[in-house]
Amino acid sequence: MKPPASAPDWAALRADFPILDQTVHGRPLVYLDNGATTQKPRAVIAALARFYERDNANVHRAIHELSYRATTAYEDARARVARYLTAASPEEIVFTRGTTESINLVAYVFTPLLRPGDAILLTEMEHHSNLVPWQLLARRTGARLRFVPVTGDEGRLDLDRLDELLDGRVKLFAFTHVSNTLGTINPVAELCARARARGVVTLVDAAQSAGHLPLDVQQLGCDFLAFSGHKMAGPTGIGVLYGRHALLESLDPFHGGGEMIASVHFEESTWNKVPHKFEAGTPDIAGAVGLHAAMDYLDGVGRAAIARHDEDLARAACDKLRGIPGIRLLGPAGARGAVVSFALAGIHAHDVVTFADQEGVALRGGHHCTQPLLRKLGVPATTRASFYLYNTPAEVDRLAEVIRQAAKFFGARD
Amino acid sequence: MDLTELYQSVILENNRRPRNFRKLPDANRVAAGNNPVCGDELTVYVRLEDGRIADISFEGAGCAISQASASVMTQRLKGRTIAEAEALFGRFKDIVTQGVPDEEDLDLSAFAGVHQFPARIKCATLGWHAALNAIHGEAATATTE
Repeated sequence: MKPPASAPDWAALRADFPILDQTVHGRPLVYLDNGATTQKPRAVIAALARFYERDNANVHRAIHELSYRATTAYEDARARVARYLTAASPEEIVFTRGTTESINLVAYVFTPLLRPGDAILLTEMEHHSNLVPWQLLARRTGARLRFVPVTGDEGRLDLDRLDELLDGRVKLFAFTHVSNTLGTINPVAELCARARARGVVTLVDAAQSAGHLPLDVQQLGCDFLAFSGHKMAGPTGIGVLYGRHALLESLDPFHGGGEMIASVHFEESTWNKVPHKFEAGTPDIAGAVGLHAAMDYLDGVGRAAIARHDEDLARAACDKLRGIPGIRLLGPAGARGAVVSFALAGIHAHDVVTFADQEGVALRGGHHCTQPLLRKLGVPATTRASFYLYNTPAEVDRLAEVIRQAAKFFGARD
Repeated sequence: MDLTELYQSVILENNRRPRNFRKLPDANRVAAGNNPVCGDELTVYVRLEDGRIADISFEGAGCAISQASASVMTQRLKGRTIAEAEALFGRFKDIVTQGVPDEEDLDLSAFAGVHQFPARIKCATLGWHAALNAIHGEAATATTE
């Protein structure tokens, strides 16, 4: 099939990622661990270098040229994130270290708002980072956790149960956009609308979607949204919490320190305006600059095109892996994110991953920080291939070939 | 390196057909081991009689290294005294951490390739830690993390 004229030149884009041009254990690197972290294009690496070589200084502090430039670059990055998400204003963007810190921030500042008997609704497919912070909040407040069930290997949320679960006790509903283990894409707009109809605050874990799918918080209708720069071609150490302005205004600060204050006295202080109220201490300024470059890069390619590319690769991987004896593919048969997870009967994921690594293919094996989900599905560990814009159909073929070899090498248990 | 240095035939064979892979109904010592990074989980059963391992078995799920290591271990520990078991574990640890094979113990030496994969050393020693916990009557779950 001839691609439409507007389709990106994927081979040319791949050349933007210098790290991919190497051999591992004597074989060409096939990097399929993008769910853990993505590689960085030259534009991002150059933005980091340029910042440190020309503009580095602390932000919002000194009245000198470099500080002015650094502050401008940092605040430009915030405005870029707001545009990336179609947020109402840059004040709705809080920079954090990553998805995990963003979720912990919300879980922490919700402490005074919950009472014993209240409930926090999650789903059974959450990453530990969207589970454990709520366990801690529940322990602090006496609130209970509830879970929207996941149905079968297809890994969809049981939405028939949602209205019953969203009763008057639930104050907050936190869920993932794309499952890092199953590849399921959850219907975020519908989930948010149903929660909002009952006055429940929503938080979307967009770690696996922010660099892969178009994200418009107005269309999604969420109250909070969290993601990491490093899973979307940006640097490690920078992440984002989007929050609706009125909600951020109403909440107490998270960390205390410089930057987040308006006026400090020995006994008490007043808080800076949002979003600075939530950004104590010197932030990851270079990280924000790098994230800005990553967002420019991704929008230059086109997020809708990336989503199609991801899905084409994931679908091709499922089709090619399906024929391997003893394989059990997890996740939805239809539309899915850039993740393919599977188990091979009698062969542990870590052996598969070690085998693949020796062939130059980087995969992830284990529980993917979703232990309760895998326990429910009855698999101790899975092997996961996760794709990004620079992966190719030839790499999918290589994946299938290596998994077939691994299955043969280890053989099934008698 | 060649992958068969890590996955020697002894390991592949013990993984496909683990020995003493069962519950021990008359065990008087039991200990669990888990490796949260890999998701390896196993339980070791021991019948200790007069300071000697009269019988030993294991069950669980995990990677080929952990399963084969536990399988070989049960064969090597049966009939040993506690002191002998400890000495054998010491030798095994040297093999998997330093890669120096023991000429007199070819089955244990099959794990020498593990030392080139530092992340897998804990897989190889998981069953042993659990067995020694069982022998010493330590109820806590052995963990290699």
